[in-house]
Amino acid sequence: MAIEVRIPTILRTHTGGNKTVEGSGATLGALVDDLDSQHPGLKNRLVTEEGKLHRFVNVYVNDEDVRFTGALDTEVKDGDSVTILPAVAGGC
Amino acid sequence: MLRIDRATYDAIVAHAREDHPDEACGVVAGPEGSDRPERFIPMLNAARSPTFYEFDSGDLLKLYRDMDDRGEEPVVIYHSHTATEAYPSRTDISYASEPNAHYVLVSTRHHERQTGLAGDDVEFRSFRILDGEVREEEEVEVVESYLFGHSPTTVVYD
Repeated sequence: MAIEVRIPTILRTHTGGNKTVEGSGATLGALVDDLDSQHPGLKNRLVTEEGKLHRFVNVYVNDEDVRFTGALDTEVKDGDSVTILPAVAGGC
Repeated sequence: MLRIDRATYDAIVAHAREDHPDEACGVVAGPEGSDRPERFIPMLNAARSPTFYEFDSGDLLKLYRDMDDRGEEPVVIYHSHTATEAYPSRTDISYASEPNAHYVLVSTRHHERQTGLAGDDVEFRSFRILDGEVREEEEVEVVESYLFGHSPTTVVYD
């Protein structure tokens, strides 16, 4: 078993066009590192230089927005499903 | 070019007027790869602001899950500007992350609130935004009904 991660259209250039990929890790941060080793460049699109999740993406673990569950420190385990979506936002 | 049916066009404008002076936002979904905006989905502006809009994160997840189940993608992503022109702002451009979407901007700056009076100027413009740049402003063609709006060369007979 692994953790299934759903990838939005804009990031599929990093995953060879795949909509879902698999990875492992005990926390979301570790999972992102693992994903980046398989799909180089992915981490940069998700995490800022200061090591925080970008404001432009929403990440859900089993449908919970990780902003409310500890962001990159959110614990994950095999069988969990992670969804990455671009925020839809803007302003004048 | 964005080709959109009259009812959907009117629904977007009506939503923008209704939420004025706050920004209104939403999506028109369509079959993946079709470039046909078919399913109008007004969204709540979680920011409830005259200068910012954002889909609520729970609504966003549900929206994308629904589209996924139906084999759809966001063909149009629209929002309104309530005091400025219908042109993507720097913030709009930095957030834009659907390479296949038409980004529609409606300005309500010259509207009387909730009037819908004849003579109100509607600024309704559509853009392609990619990699942090406005790639083009495109023509908007409003067709009376999507089904009959195609020119004969694009009709596909079974």
